[in-house]
Amino acid sequence: MESEKQRKPLSPFFSEEIAHRLGGETITLCYQCGTCASSCPVAKTTDKFNPRDIIKLSLLGEKQQVLSDGAIWLCSSCYNCQERCPQKVEIADVIYALRNTAIKEGHIPNIYAEFAAGLMAEGRIVPISKFVEKKRPEYGLPTLKPAGSDAMKKILSATGFDRIKWKKEEAS
Amino acid sequence: MKSYALFLGCTIPARQPHYEASARKALTKLGVGLVDLDNMTCCAPPPLQSIDLETSLSISAYNVCLAEEANLDVVTLCTGCYESLAMANNTLKANGKLRERVNKILSSVGKEFKGTQEVKHYLRVLVDDVGTDRLKESVSKDLTGLKVASFSGCHLLRPSALLKFDDAERPHVFDDLIEALGPKSVPYKNKLKCCGGLLRGYADDVALAIARDKIVNTTKAGVDCIITLCPFCFLTLDLGQMLIKSTFHEEYNMSVLHYTELLSLALGIQPKELALEFHKIRLDNVLNKIK
Repeated sequence: MESEKQRKPLSPFFSEEIAHRLGGETITLCYQCGTCASSCPVAKTTDKFNPRDIIKLSLLGEKQQVLSDGAIWLCSSCYNCQERCPQKVEIADVIYALRNTAIKEGHIPNIYAEFAAGLMAEGRIVPISKFVEKKRPEYGLPTLKPAGSDAMKKILSATGFDRIKWKKEEAS
Repeated sequence: MKSYALFLGCTIPARQPHYEASARKALTKLGVGLVDLDNMTCCAPPPLQSIDLETSLSISAYNVCLAEEANLDVVTLCTGCYESLAMANNTLKANGKLRERVNKILSSVGKEFKGTQEVKHYLRVLVDDVGTDRLKESVSKDLTGLKVASFSGCHLLRPSALLKFDDAERPHVFDDLIEALGPKSVPYKNKLKCCGGLLRGYADDVALAIARDKIVNTTKAGVDCIITLCPFCFLTLDLGQMLIKSTFHEEYNMSVLHYTELLSLALGIQPKELALEFHKIRLDNVLNKIK
């Protein structure tokens, strides 16, 4: 257990901050019934992830813990919880809002920095394999059309995505 | 017959030519046109939504704009691409304020989202433009000896409030389309549960444990193969069995096929035209049961 001295200060307005973000709008509707946790394939597999706890800690203002302890990155985005929530909390989207906030505050898992690098370089998350591309005619596949990587770069610049500090930090 | 803008996404052209070849050949044979547009990008899937939702929404909308300009509806193969593009399309059609915000960003690339087109998954095109009756009539091979486990993946169905593809708890569209080709779609434990694929790269141990559940449950159901729609589910379950073998020392040899491959085989397209060598788990047991 943490002592009082080690404890990071609470952020009482954290849930309002999330509710104002894209995806986070419904967070304050949660009444902690636990339907999400009992519908979650990840919570059944590891005790490091529980969507109900993440929302509870957010509502209690435990901003630093929620953003930095790594649990939010264990959601598999399957939307089962969101489908079943009796309060219509858009839980998977709330997790996106929490992840977006974590990224802005510099808590960026390595794999996400890699996704971003691929996107900024090629306009794709998974790079095209030269080996497969060369074999396309053998399978009767047409030549690949050019990707809109210039448009992608402009959009990433217009939203400020390319100015995020991609300092690598493994949030775990 | 109608034509669609084919949205390929990243994973299929990069790693799964068997998916692309079977999907193109089958739909062409069924008389639906596919158009490849220039300048499409990544669909902006969950990994990107996790970084910044405003950016992902704008990128998805940009790709829909390309289809709008060509006056075409979009068809996707990957259910992840389907979710990203359909969610953006449906959200922006309904939410004027958000549309304004996204259009401000899209003005940087000279685009404006108008909301004039639909984003459909391949299965929806089969239902809407071919129909199960004509699909049944088009089958030229006997697949009735096959027992399969259908696994649509999460993002064909959920979030159902936005995607409206099928009932999220009791879906039937996918199974109907499988049985129209001849095989029996067998129920199995936790059929609608996620494959864990999106956790690969961040928490490989958790992802593999969830994938193992899917392989164990389908094996217990005694099926010949799993039928998938999503390239990540395919990767997680096909290549995943190599990792299950090295990590848990268990060997299942459960064949995994995309629905479009099953469809192509049913339509009489030759296996050698389908790039089946990209499968890690052999398909002999499935191919031998097709007469």
